[in-house]
Amino acid sequence: MLTYITRRILFSIPVLILSTFFCFAFVSLAGDPRQNLLANPRYSRVHYHMLAHQYHLDVSIPVRYWYWLQDVFTHKLGNSLLTSQPIWPDLTRVMGHTLQVIVIAETIALLLGIAVGIYSAIRQYSFFDYTFTTISFVGFAMPTFWLALLLQIAFTDIYLKWHVRIFYTSGLNSGVTSSTWSLDRLQHIGLPVMTLSIISFAFYSRYMRASMLDVISTDYVRTARAKGLPERKVIMRHVFRNALIPIVTVAALNFGGLLGGAIVTETVFSLDGMGYYFITKLGQLDVYAVMAYLAVTAVFVILFNLIADVLYGYLDPRIRYE
Amino acid sequence: MSEPTVQAEPNRTQIGSAPAAAPSAHDSTVEAGLELKVRSQWTYARMRFLRHRLAMAGLIVLIIVFGAGIFANYIAPYSFEQIDLTNVLHAPTLTGHHIFGTDEIGRDELSRVIYGIRTSEEVGVFVAVVSTFIGLVVGAIAGYFGGWLDNLLMRFTDLVLTLPALVVLLTVAALLGQGNQWRISLILAFFFWTSVARVVRGIFLSLREKEYVEAAKAAGGGDLRIMFRHILPNTLGPIVVSATLAVALAILTEAALSFLGFGIKPPTPSLGVLIANAQNNPQDWWLTVFPGLMIVIIVLAINFIGDGLRDALDPQQRRVRA
Repeated sequence: MLTYITRRILFSIPVLILSTFFCFAFVSLAGDPRQNLLANPRYSRVHYHMLAHQYHLDVSIPVRYWYWLQDVFTHKLGNSLLTSQPIWPDLTRVMGHTLQVIVIAETIALLLGIAVGIYSAIRQYSFFDYTFTTISFVGFAMPTFWLALLLQIAFTDIYLKWHVRIFYTSGLNSGVTSSTWSLDRLQHIGLPVMTLSIISFAFYSRYMRASMLDVISTDYVRTARAKGLPERKVIMRHVFRNALIPIVTVAALNFGGLLGGAIVTETVFSLDGMGYYFITKLGQLDVYAVMAYLAVTAVFVILFNLIADVLYGYLDPRIRYE
Repeated sequence: MSEPTVQAEPNRTQIGSAPAAAPSAHDSTVEAGLELKVRSQWTYARMRFLRHRLAMAGLIVLIIVFGAGIFANYIAPYSFEQIDLTNVLHAPTLTGHHIFGTDEIGRDELSRVIYGIRTSEEVGVFVAVVSTFIGLVVGAIAGYFGGWLDNLLMRFTDLVLTLPALVVLLTVAALLGQGNQWRISLILAFFFWTSVARVVRGIFLSLREKEYVEAAKAAGGGDLRIMFRHILPNTLGPIVVSATLAVALAILTEAALSFLGFGIKPPTPSLGVLIANAQNNPQDWWLTVFPGLMIVIIVLAINFIGDGLRDALDPQQRRVRA
């Protein structure tokens, strides 16, 4: 097992380097981030050229990439090109916010999705099953940002009409700061969490249902029934536990992707998370901030891919890694 | 969900069940009304598809919606950029001139949605066709010849998997998109082909070892002939399904890109652009609701058609529907 993990990690290094290099080239070529500074008439030309030298904008892209790579390891991902502020504190801050939102959203979606999936599979083609099938089909077809916007419109309307504040529709705090689990914070992240959990729920409930149906049709379930086990025991002990294996790995993969921030949802709700950070910096062409985000996200994805695989092997003894 | 598709071949069972119908006694089978009709696999597939109720409903809806998009010039009551300053931000009415209301400079929302459908369907179909074509060629070559191209393809897929698709798409669109519809479509196509390529590669990999391929080789068939005449037809089922679903995925992705400001830019009215534009007046709900609803309808219809096609073209692979 250990050799397998080591080999996977070693193998991911060239992939990581290549993908970050391509992204680096793309963002660097997209335009000159200093344009925005020039818009200010009192901005000094000297500083403009100094900036180019300081941030190696005047050398070729492979060389720049090399400088960047050094920065990543010696200066914790380096400084922002536009504000000259270190990137790392910003990134850890937004990561905390994203983490809070997606942990809550994924937990809700997983619990509900698994419960609904089990029940739909046991009562296949029942009214319950059809209802949730319809819901998840609509969920698949719905653009995430549209769902987020609808929620935003609805809750703004509620506030404007009845002056009841259930959820805030943008931002992270009402004041300057608020603690992580204050009521104010929860009211702010309520709608992003709702958006993400609806979308994830649509996926998990279908996945769990399919996984349950797969297991129900296996021979060992027929054997369990044939030897006279009560149906409840068959479902909970033989079907449910085995049906859970694929969904655990899928959830791990999904979580790894979401750690990069739910770009669309965070943008709609102006939530100060990873995805919103990325979109803002990409709009400003702040190469180093964008690259820092990309590097961190790629590491997360690779890491959770690995975790998903290891988890699968651990949960399902039929799978062995050599 | 769907009624079970009929998989037995009715004619053969009829013949088999009629003891009088010996192979030589063709006349008697005609008398008994047990005529043998020669039907190709495609005929059976078409029959299965036509019996799939949801797929047929999806097809009818899609024809209507896409038809409206194609004939936008004739159907839309106004042009998408015609300004009606006496009716600015007019709410939807059933009696007035603007059934879907108007936007902040008095453009008719219904007309804009119809023109938006046109843009979105152009993007969807273009991406599906181009990405399927690229995927087909690359997958066929990689699967048939193996070797370095196969390696390159698989490594490239790894690379694309390292970062969430939306992140990479946004980065590339920031550089190359320029808000142009066809550029965005091309970028999407260049990201969508890998999944087709992998499917085709898998089928080629398993079929190239089959006896009939060997026979074709022994008969003196060239590589190209074997690839395209003998193996390719076997991949058509899965390819048609994935191309159909690619249309929906492309429409959704384009909408998300445009919403985030890195996709198609105004004045071209795509459904995503309309929703992005609606954010100037978030409380005028109709500007957000109608374009989004149209996306949901289109994607839902395409997903149903895709399901129907999968059941029709790939009956032996009919798994529990996820």
